[in-house]
Amino acid sequence: MKEKVYEKMLLFCAMASTLVVVLVGLFVFLQGYPLIAKTGFISFVFGKEWLPGGGVFGIFPMVIGTLAVTLGALVIGVPLGVTTAVFLAEYAPGIVTPWIRRAVELLAGIPSVVYGLFGMTVIVPLVRYTAVHWFGGVLSPEMKTGFGIIAASIVLGIMILPTIVSISEDALRAVPQEYKKGSYALGVPRWQTIIHNTIPAASSGIMAGVVLGMGRAVGETMAILMVAGNAPALPRSIFSPTRTLSGNIGLEMSYASGEHAQALFATGIVLFIVIMLLNSFALFIAGKGVKVR
Amino acid sequence: MSVQVKEKLAACFVWGAALLTVGALVIIIGYIMFQGLDRISISFLLENPRRMGSEGGIFSPLLGTIYFTLVTMLLAIPIGVGAAIYLTEFTAEGLLVRVIRFFTDALAGIPSIVIGLFGFAFFVVMLRPLTGGWSILSASLTAFCMILPIMIRVSEEALHAIPASIREGSLALGVSKWDTVLHVVLPGALPGILTAALLGIGRVIGETAPLLLTLGGSLLVPKSIFSPSRTLSMHLYLVAMETGEFSVAFATAAVLVMVILLLNLGGYYLMKHLGRRIRGA
Repeated sequence: MKEKVYEKMLLFCAMASTLVVVLVGLFVFLQGYPLIAKTGFISFVFGKEWLPGGGVFGIFPMVIGTLAVTLGALVIGVPLGVTTAVFLAEYAPGIVTPWIRRAVELLAGIPSVVYGLFGMTVIVPLVRYTAVHWFGGVLSPEMKTGFGIIAASIVLGIMILPTIVSISEDALRAVPQEYKKGSYALGVPRWQTIIHNTIPAASSGIMAGVVLGMGRAVGETMAILMVAGNAPALPRSIFSPTRTLSGNIGLEMSYASGEHAQALFATGIVLFIVIMLLNSFALFIAGKGVKVR
Repeated sequence: MSVQVKEKLAACFVWGAALLTVGALVIIIGYIMFQGLDRISISFLLENPRRMGSEGGIFSPLLGTIYFTLVTMLLAIPIGVGAAIYLTEFTAEGLLVRVIRFFTDALAGIPSIVIGLFGFAFFVVMLRPLTGGWSILSASLTAFCMILPIMIRVSEEALHAIPASIREGSLALGVSKWDTVLHVVLPGALPGILTAALLGIGRVIGETAPLLLTLGGSLLVPKSIFSPSRTLSMHLYLVAMETGEFSVAFATAAVLVMVILLLNLGGYYLMKHLGRRIRGA
């Protein structure tokens, strides 16, 4: 009898995360829906002007900003992350592997504000120097501050490394030994085997890692706030300052009220939907990989 | 280009990428320490911040961090471990477990700022009479929602590591399911669960975005869990962005990094030594 009660309590614990997801969805939708209903979903998402004081709420600049920063992060994070994963799965000598893996874990543990501070004081000045000295003639003044898409992409690219490395390494290790041995037996050298055999066999897992890294990049707030410049205008070059969807919420929620607050919740809805789509996609491709094998 | 040369180049390329990844970590931690360490002193830790944090120490954010972390973990450890026990010990893989897993994964993917929005609407605004509005309690409840998935997943791994033969041995002796879990499985999984807790603490300390919406950001020493406060990472952000006093920001970051390093080291030690002792017994 007593055991049945305990079991029910445990079931309740297990259901907690389900309850939280439902509540998060419900609250964010309820708070943000009135504004979307009023403005219209299309003109909210594709509206080019964000003037909270004047009651004009269009998040298109932030959508583009998020897209630009995420793509930039992938351009830096994916080649570096997947190659590091190849190193861990195929090249690393036994004594080195656990240390590199620990370093990658630690990279995941560093608070995002610390990345932000590093970005503000090291990467932003470097970008500023490049912009002024190499492209000084062609860039307009707001693109020479160093804050912007490039700085945000570099910082985010480093931040998503752990996700990409660990998931890609798992995927590479899951490739059956026979594939590799068969290729070696035909006289194909190591690198050729990896490129033509191992990586294609692990591609669905690697893709899942990339998509999850994308999810991390889209959701990241603090580090981006500190390096992106946060101007709510359509970026005109990769040196332009930009604002992301999550940055929009983090930046303005502390003083927003009324319709303005609703618009930030509505931004949250868009973010929520994007992340859910990305994660379902990651699950879908990861699941596909298992079946193929 | 001959095959041998190509292979050599490829190896250099792969080693280079790994070195770059590790290099990024070393440079970031090294730079923060280099810039921040010389400002850290006993008085920096024990003095209250003055002038929006641009002068003085970090005592109140430090205290805020400790309270906030304690309350969050008090919620997250029992519920996370409870959920993991239910998922590994009490159910076979079925529809219910699949649904729970799906939502746990979904929760892990929701951006922390969106969870912060929820925390603001639910804990800060709607439950104001219970939580005190912007307060340590509101922030802890929000952070609990955020770290629940990772607590469940790591605890589950710890429980899975206990061999089935040990459970079966206990059940064969006539010990009930519940007592088997409580006295046989849980003690064995303890190092793993403690590691999960350390991981959770690390994430809670590093998280900032949801706290911007729920913790209030007060610089006063918190009187109770119903007071607003700020954590070290929030302090670092606000000082860097609002006062531009980077020496304080760097010192705060150095304290944060040291705490994270200690937590990682602790987790490593636990898994290696405590784990071996229990497995050996």
